[in-house]
Amino acid sequence: MALRQCAIYGKGGIGKSTTTQNLVAALAESGKKVMIVGCDPKADSTRLILHSKAQTTVMHLAAEAGSVEDLELEDVMAVGYGDIKCVESGGPEPGVGCAGRGVITAINFLEEEGAYDEDLDFVFYDVLGDVVCGGFAMPIRENKAQEIYIVCSGEMMAMYAANNIAKGIVKYANSGSVRLAGLICNSRNTDREDELIMALAAKLGTTMIHFVPRDNVVQHAEIRRMTVIEYDPKAKQADEYRALARKVDANRNFVIPTPIEMEELEDLLMEFGIMEAEDETIVGKTAAELAAEAAAA
Amino acid sequence: MSALTREETEALIAEVLEVYPDKAKKDRAKHLAVNDQSIEQSKKCITSNRKSLPGVMTIRGCAYAGSRGVVWGPIKDMIHISHGPVGCGQYSRAGRRNYYVGATGVNTFAEMNFTSDFQEKDIVFGGDKKLAKLIEEIEGLFPLHKGISVQSECPIGLIGDDIEAVSKKSAAAIEKPVIPVRCEGFRGVSQSLGHHIANDAIRDWVLDKAEAKAFETTPYDVTIIGDYNIGGDAWSSRILLEEMGLRVIAQWSGDGTLAEMENTPKAKLNLLHCYRSMNYISRHMEEKYGIPWMEYNFFGPTKIEESLRKIAAFFDESIQQKCEQVIARYKAEYEAVIAKYKPRLQGKRVMLYVGGLRPRHVIGAYEDLGMEVVGTGYEFAHNDDYDRTIKEMGNATLLYDDVTGYEFEEFVKKVKPDLIGSGIKEKYIFQKMGIPFRQMHSWDYSGPYHGYDGFAIFARDMDMTLNNPCWGKLTPPWAKKPESSSEVEAAAVPVAA
Repeated sequence: MALRQCAIYGKGGIGKSTTTQNLVAALAESGKKVMIVGCDPKADSTRLILHSKAQTTVMHLAAEAGSVEDLELEDVMAVGYGDIKCVESGGPEPGVGCAGRGVITAINFLEEEGAYDEDLDFVFYDVLGDVVCGGFAMPIRENKAQEIYIVCSGEMMAMYAANNIAKGIVKYANSGSVRLAGLICNSRNTDREDELIMALAAKLGTTMIHFVPRDNVVQHAEIRRMTVIEYDPKAKQADEYRALARKVDANRNFVIPTPIEMEELEDLLMEFGIMEAEDETIVGKTAAELAAEAAAA
Repeated sequence: MSALTREETEALIAEVLEVYPDKAKKDRAKHLAVNDQSIEQSKKCITSNRKSLPGVMTIRGCAYAGSRGVVWGPIKDMIHISHGPVGCGQYSRAGRRNYYVGATGVNTFAEMNFTSDFQEKDIVFGGDKKLAKLIEEIEGLFPLHKGISVQSECPIGLIGDDIEAVSKKSAAAIEKPVIPVRCEGFRGVSQSLGHHIANDAIRDWVLDKAEAKAFETTPYDVTIIGDYNIGGDAWSSRILLEEMGLRVIAQWSGDGTLAEMENTPKAKLNLLHCYRSMNYISRHMEEKYGIPWMEYNFFGPTKIEESLRKIAAFFDESIQQKCEQVIARYKAEYEAVIAKYKPRLQGKRVMLYVGGLRPRHVIGAYEDLGMEVVGTGYEFAHNDDYDRTIKEMGNATLLYDDVTGYEFEEFVKKVKPDLIGSGIKEKYIFQKMGIPFRQMHSWDYSGPYHGYDGFAIFARDMDMTLNNPCWGKLTPPWAKKPESSSEVEAAAVPVAA
C-alpha cells in the first residue's frame, strides 16, 4: 500500500498531540508502520510514544552540529511504542527566530534523507495551532500531506479555527493534491456537540470522522507519558481510539473544503444555542453605560 | 542637433509611454516631465519617491544600501556589522570609493566586511546570541575600533531579532557605542528610507549620548555634511573652507570618525552637500541645538564661488575677506582649465541619471565648460529635490524620476546627447550604442570632482571621454555601409587564390 501522509491541524490546546499519538498508537497496534513528524517548536508531539519529556529535535541537533547538512537520519529519529518512528522538527524558544523556517528546514531534511521509506503506511504531521505563516503550511504543500484532519470541539473558538484552517487548505488544494479528510471531534462535553460538529462538517463538505468522548484515563496515561492504548489497552477509551484508527484507515472521502462565511458560522452556532442572537444595541457599550440605560428603563 | 522644443519633448514622452499597458502608462506619466522654470513647486509637474513598477528595470537600491552603503559605511573608525546572510555585506564591501586615511584593519575598517553570516539555524533560532558573540570577537581582534553599528539585513526584520537589546548589553560590556540600525532592505521604496533610518540612528544613539562630551570650540567651526569623499571629494572641499579661515570639525561621513559625529552639535554652521541623504540630521541639529545649516555646491567654479561667498556671509568680515582671497587665488587655475577644455567641449549636450545631489549639482560644472544638461533625473529623490532642480535646468529639458531602462534608452535615442553621466548598470548599454559615457556614482574610478582641484579633473575626464578617438572607430554592424558593390562581393566571396 502506498504511503499515506496526513496532517493534523486544529486550535491550540484542543488536544491535537494527544489525539494524534493515541490514533497513531492504535494504528501501530493493528500492524501499521507509522511515523510522526512533530511540527511545533514545543516538541511535544512524540512524548507519549517515546515516554520522554521532549524528543531532541532536528533543529536543535542541526544547531549543535553546525548545519542541518551535518546530520544523519538516525541522529534525529527515535523509535517508540509499536515501532512508531518519531521526529520533532523543533524550533526556537518563544519570541525569537522563526519557527516556521524550522519546520520547512526539518521537513526538507527528512525528504532529502529518505525518511519517507516505502515500508511506511502512514506519516502524521502534528502541526502547531493555526496556519500562521508559510512555514506551518509546509506539511500541506505539494508532495507532502494529502489528507488533513482537523481536531475540534463544540466550542465556538475551536470551530472558528477549523473553518480558518479549511480556508488555508483551499488555497493549497487548488494548486495541489491536498484535501480535507475530515473533522475529529475531541469532546469537551458541550451540548449537542456531535450534532453540531456533524453539521459543521457537512457545511465544510466533509464528515465528522469520529467523536472521541472525554475520559479521564487519557490524563492518567499522559501523566505516565503514555498513550491510552499502551497504558490501559482494555480501557473503553482505547477502543474509541481504535475505532478512530479504523475509520481513518478506511477513509477515502478527501475533498476540497468549502469554508463558510463568518455569518453562516454564527448562524450555525446560534442554531445550536452556543451563541445568542446578536444584540446590535449593546455593541461598544461599557458596563456603566448599560447599567445607566437599564436604570433609565 | 539643436535642443528639442517643449512640444517635441512632450511628444517624446508620450511616444515613449505608448508601449506601456494603461496602468503602467498612467503611473510612469507622473514621473516624466518637461522642465518649466516658472514652476515653483515640483509636485505640480513630477511625482517621486513612489514604489517602482514591477516588470521594469529600475536602478534603485534598498534601505540597507542607503544606511550601510551610504551613510554609515564610510565612518572609518567604526566597524559596521552586516547582520544577516553574507551576501549583502560582501557585495557592499569596500563601499563607494570613500577614500580615507588610516591603517585598514588596525584603526580604520571602512573597506572590510564584517558580517554575522547567517545560516539556517540562525534564522530559526534567532541571531542575537551570534551577534553578541561577534561583537565580543571584534573587541578582541580589533581593539582600536571606536564603536560598532549593526546594519540589519532583511531577515532581521522578519524573525524579529532584538538587536537593540544586544546592542545595549554589548555596549556596556565593551564600553564603546554599539548602534542598532533597523535598515532592513524591504523597507521603503528605495535606498532613500535607509538614509533616513541611518540619520535617526545617529540622532538617537550618537548625538543624544554624546551631549555631555567636552569639546573646545572656536567661532569658526563648521562641518561638512553629506560628502562621502568619493575619490577624495571631501578633501578638495575641506581645503577651501580651511583656507578661508574656517575650522572643519567634522566630515560626514567620508573619511569621518565617530568622534567627529559626536562633536558636530558644537559647530556654528553645518554645511550640507548631499541634501537628500543627510537633511534629516541637519534639521534635527537645527531644532535641538540651534545650529543653522546651509546647502552648498562645490562643482565647478561658478557654483563654488557662489557657495563660498554664501558661507562667508554667515561669518565676519575677516572670513569674507579671506574668502575673496581664496577665490582670487584659484582664479588663474580654473580659468586655465576652462581655456583649455571649453573649446573642446563647447555646445556638447549631456544627459544625467544619478542619485543624491548630482542630477542638479553638477549642472553648473558642465555649464562652466560650455556644455548643456538637456535631461536629468534621480533614482530616489523626493519632491524637495526636484524643487531644487527646476531652476537649474533649461526650459523644455527632460526630467525623469526613477527612469526605467527602457525609457532611458528611448530618450537617449531621440535626444542624441553627446555624453551620458549615469551608473555602472547603464554604462555598457550606452557605450555599446556608441555614446560617450561617464560613471557619475564613483567618478568612473577618478575624482575628486569637488572644489577647484576637482574641477580640473572633472574637465579633463569629460574631455578625455567625449573626445576619445575610439568613438570614431566604432561602427556597429548594422551601420556598416559597403562603399561599392565590388567590396560587397569581395567580402562575401573568399579569395580563391
